[in-house]
Amino acid sequence: MHETDMTKALMMTVRDWWESQEETPKIEAVHLIVGAFTCVEPVSLEFAFTAQTQNTFLEGVKLNIKETPLIAFCHSCQQEYKPEYGLQYSCPTCRSPMEDIRSGRELKIDRIEYSLS
Amino acid sequence: MHQTFDAALEINLLHANQAGADRNRAHFDRWGITCLNVMSSPGAGKTVLLEKTLAALNKTLKIAIIEGDMTTELDADRLRKYGVPVIAINTGRSCHLDSKMVSGGIHRLEHEYDPNEFDLVFVENVGNLVCPAEFEVGEHQKVALLSVTEGEDKPLKYPVMFREADCLLITKTDLAPYLDIEIERIEANARQINPQVKIIPISAKTGAGLETWLNWVRSQLQNSKNPVLELTR
Repeated sequence: MHETDMTKALMMTVRDWWESQEETPKIEAVHLIVGAFTCVEPVSLEFAFTAQTQNTFLEGVKLNIKETPLIAFCHSCQQEYKPEYGLQYSCPTCRSPMEDIRSGRELKIDRIEYSLS
Repeated sequence: MHQTFDAALEINLLHANQAGADRNRAHFDRWGITCLNVMSSPGAGKTVLLEKTLAALNKTLKIAIIEGDMTTELDADRLRKYGVPVIAINTGRSCHLDSKMVSGGIHRLEHEYDPNEFDLVFVENVGNLVCPAEFEVGEHQKVALLSVTEGEDKPLKYPVMFREADCLLITKTDLAPYLDIEIERIEANARQINPQVKIIPISAKTGAGLETWLNWVRSQLQNSKNPVLELTR
């Protein structure tokens, strides 16, 4: 299960932010945006996050995951379309291959909620 | 009063890994080394591909291997027979290499050898068609392997790997006649997802396609260091 490593990577990135702050903030929630065209399974990520943050600076912190769909843009047809994951990625109208991905590759920390004591 | 604040980060979840990958790439660039990240599911033929590649290029190029696929210790030993440095990385139970692990390998290359002498580093990733695609290690190009026995539908099922790949090797083509499979269909499926990918059907057993692959590898070299090769290309 690679969400374990994904969580490790997430914790490292959040830690970098946390340590760069002047006052040590208490992190309340981490908000993620995870696209459908990534290797991340949100449910597994939540599970891994809860388990791996125990006894760390992120223990008890809420993980919020917002999913974004896979949306591609066809240059020939000048329109967006939704590829069928696992079946068909080319444009349903003209069969051009999936050139531009407009949404679905996101794998980012949108924001962090924190309080100061 | 309990007051909460919001910090808009809008940074990649893998930011820390990405920063490490950029540092690794900067090292390679400073030394004039091209780094190729070789990825596939277990058993698609990464190690045999590297064996054939070493046998062909070993004389003209200085090559090192960073070996992450430690499912068997045998992989590293097989490659050491070609007289090249094989830096084995202990990945633990990790299902992919990350930039920190590869950074450890780069440090060893720097301290045990003269990195300026090297032209090419192959990173043999852990056998896995999912995770390695998301974790950059500092490579210049990503090479994915898919063997014909894995099935035509794999690019559709594991699209991220095939979207990220710069070069796709369809391996074990010598077995294709014995299977209900069309190499053209594998290619078409991969191109749906990644129209730019360079596709090379190859058989390590018969040698078919090997020269095309070697030429692609040569074309990736950092030019400044190989003026002679540059002229003969």
